[in-house]
Amino acid sequence: MNEIRTPESIGLSREDLPNSYIGRSVPRPNVAKLVQGRATYTDDVVLPRMLHAAFLRSPHAHARIVAVDASAAMQVPGVVRVFTGHDIAKVCDPWVAVLAHLKGMKSAPQHPLPLERATWQGEPVVAVVADSRAAAEDGVAALAVEFEPLPAQVDMETALAPGAVVIHPELGDNLVFQRTAVQGDVEAAFAAAHKVVEATFVTARHTGVTLEPRSIIADYNRAEDTLTVYHSTQAPHMMQGVFARHLRMEEGRVRVICKDVGGSFGIKVHVYPDEVAVAAMSRILGRPVKFVADRFESFCSDIHARDHRIKGRIAVDAEGKILGFDIDDLTGIGPYSVYPRTSAIEGNQVVNLCGGPYDFPNYRCTTTVVLQNKVPTCQYRAVGHPIATAVTEGLVDLAAHAIGMDPIEMRRRNLVRDDAYPFTSPSGMRFEGLSHHASLEKLLRMVPLARIRADQEEQRKRGVHRGLGFAAFIELTNASPFMYGIGGARISAQDGATVRMDPDGSVVVASGVTEQGQGTEAILAQIVAHGVGVPVEKVRVITGDTQVTPYGGGTWACRGAGIGGEAALQSALALKEQILSVAGALLQASPASLDIAMGEVVDKASGTPRISLSEIGRIVYFRGDTLPRDLAREFVQTRHFITKEYPFAFTNGIQACWVEVDTATGMVKLLEHWCVEDCGRVINPLLVEEQVRGGIVQGLGGALYEHCVYDGEGNLLTTTMADYLVPMAAEMPEIHVGHVETPTKETLLGAKGAGEAGTAGAPAALMNAINDALRPLNAVVTEMPFTPARILRALGTI
Amino acid sequence: MSARVDITLTVNGERVTRSVEARRHLIDFLRLDLGLTGSHAGCEHGVCGACTVRVDGEIVRGCLVLAASLDGAEVTTIEGLTDSGEVADLQEAFVLRNAAQCGFCSPGMVMAAADILRHHPQATRAEIREHLSGNYCRCTGYQAIVDAVESTLRARREGAR
Repeated sequence: MNEIRTPESIGLSREDLPNSYIGRSVPRPNVAKLVQGRATYTDDVVLPRMLHAAFLRSPHAHARIVAVDASAAMQVPGVVRVFTGHDIAKVCDPWVAVLAHLKGMKSAPQHPLPLERATWQGEPVVAVVADSRAAAEDGVAALAVEFEPLPAQVDMETALAPGAVVIHPELGDNLVFQRTAVQGDVEAAFAAAHKVVEATFVTARHTGVTLEPRSIIADYNRAEDTLTVYHSTQAPHMMQGVFARHLRMEEGRVRVICKDVGGSFGIKVHVYPDEVAVAAMSRILGRPVKFVADRFESFCSDIHARDHRIKGRIAVDAEGKILGFDIDDLTGIGPYSVYPRTSAIEGNQVVNLCGGPYDFPNYRCTTTVVLQNKVPTCQYRAVGHPIATAVTEGLVDLAAHAIGMDPIEMRRRNLVRDDAYPFTSPSGMRFEGLSHHASLEKLLRMVPLARIRADQEEQRKRGVHRGLGFAAFIELTNASPFMYGIGGARISAQDGATVRMDPDGSVVVASGVTEQGQGTEAILAQIVAHGVGVPVEKVRVITGDTQVTPYGGGTWACRGAGIGGEAALQSALALKEQILSVAGALLQASPASLDIAMGEVVDKASGTPRISLSEIGRIVYFRGDTLPRDLAREFVQTRHFITKEYPFAFTNGIQACWVEVDTATGMVKLLEHWCVEDCGRVINPLLVEEQVRGGIVQGLGGALYEHCVYDGEGNLLTTTMADYLVPMAAEMPEIHVGHVETPTKETLLGAKGAGEAGTAGAPAALMNAINDALRPLNAVVTEMPFTPARILRALGTI
Repeated sequence: MSARVDITLTVNGERVTRSVEARRHLIDFLRLDLGLTGSHAGCEHGVCGACTVRVDGEIVRGCLVLAASLDGAEVTTIEGLTDSGEVADLQEAFVLRNAAQCGFCSPGMVMAAADILRHHPQATRAEIREHLSGNYCRCTGYQAIVDAVESTLRARREGAR
């Protein structure tokens, strides 16, 4: 067990151990400003001489740009300038989004605004800059752009077929990446199996729908040769490097400031061509330029995700033991791999994660990643997990039904044993320690199984079809450089924290991880308060400014608590050591005999207060002359952390979903939902639980309502929130969350990530619940979203 | 590009006179002309509820109301609602229950919840969910928000006894 003192580790209640904040549901300080309208989002920032950008976006899925006539646009009052792709290319270099460790991966160079061809409907083509957003949009309306429509490659199933439109002829074909993982002898195992079950799953194309749209202000100052970018982003340091590299500037001359961010979910960790164009236009104009996507632009230019078709087979023996999975995944990613994380990672994750919770000998999984003329796809909350979990848990349930076994018993027989760790999965993932069985047992203590099954039976007699579904899952968190760094991407897996004590005894922590609402700043304050020994109210947190915080990766792959939190804890403990060293000199005591509790240095044995931190601060900062000459008084301490033992810290959990399906209308009503997750040490249960709930709702929305619908010509049909449905309060169920804690031994803190678990498991649990409800009617659905039409088709009603 | 209209109205108790473009909607008027950035533009087509404000006592979508139509109107935004103390208990409940994550929906959500407190003091959990279902929150899963409104309603009912 990690050597950090928690109330449990020394046999106390939380209340008995002063300033013990790890594991406590402390209210999040940021919430007050949010509910009072006092937050500052990027669009709230107004700079002197600021201009506004609007974009003409391609109306075609694929078209040659024949001519751009800006003369009428330039006559619009307020319009300052019009930029084409060629104008931007003079100051900005294109990018190619590939990773070296994804063998054979290819993609084409992408400019902020295309030079010759538009390759998806919604791609920014021409920019108008004006003194207001309204004037810029008037200018866009006055542009005359001549397009020559070209045949579009829309269907991913035909992307590699002879005669397909090759979107980038220089690449030779539309294949971006292909990978197969093999373990054991799949053919022999399936040939000899007691039962083989197969199904084809479709996970719908989704997008994030952050309530705050993508927002940016770029301010190039010619006098200083500096570019300051206010950006709604998850990764300020990564973006600093991107802006510098592609605008041919020194990295140190670019500063990215991230104010409050109105939701991200992975959407705001990518390089968007319109945003880089804004930075380039500011560089050319020497003035601040603002761009905030409107909702139409969000739907047609924020990344999409999860557009997969998966054919899967599972082989089991007569006792229900899983012998193998055989999976073929196909995904269409749009016309470009997205920079710099690439659009091959989601398919790669499907290969890594299928079968993840289970112990089985034979595995084969192929992902094929192809180009198409649709919005580019990339990493979105729980990257690949909802897909892999839906396929795995869908197949496990179908197999259980095929051999007449209870789905819970099926899982008990196959989940990796809790004492089997360390464990390496058939796909090669290394697990330090998971708790599938403990989580299942905890879930079964929360779900009133007997009552539900009795109710199900009773309702069926009355023609009401209710179903209960389960989904076990694993989640990849605390990523090391094995995720991106080894592929050549300048994406930091390390993070740092600087902690300082000011004269009044208050503490400030500056961290490289970032806040988008998940509560990063709150848990950093808790960790630092715990580590130094001060009340949490005495800690201020700074994130989201590349000029102020230690270099770090920001928010991705659930790393804020596990990586950023550990750096904060280590720097807090280093500061505590310095404070105690000074206190020891002042008190003529051994520092080892002292401790800090609630802002007071105390005698460790008796707890008697000896001197306050504010008094130590007064002496150090204003009467340093009274201290021994050689005594160190470094009240600013910085530590960095990077995982070294395991490429990723996996978490696990299991969800249950209880639904009612109206067989007349095909409507699904969510009745109740449960989740037990193990994210290692829980720092703040209140925050983790609501984050898990939010993740579940995002997963349920994706499985039930959300779908980026295209027609056969590549026209996006869902470009308003009335067309792309998201979950609202009335449709969502009460969600119960429980925890099992298996801290990672790699850190003192023991925390792993928690933000994506809900989304990873919810769609599979819902699918299995619907199919449980439909089982007496011999209907099965495996194509998301589970719309009324699809359910009625499965029932044979339409 | 369009005609201007002179309006005089009361915003958060203060008299305001402005000349606005006829096409200016209320949310842009509040944010851009008056600097009241607490209300947010989320979808600008009346679905997400981030721009919810009070006009003449009723909550409206700031993106579906033209500023030019508000001559003589009384507008209350999250800034005014907060300053008045009318929902201090509700806002405190949001904090205690962690009923906000990114917070972009929160001002609109608080405006909609304040409407429940005023007009539906006996609202059940299901009715709270129904009433808030014009306000989109991508982060929380809604449960904490419903909890916060429910606990505020309960506390007010008990306080009134």
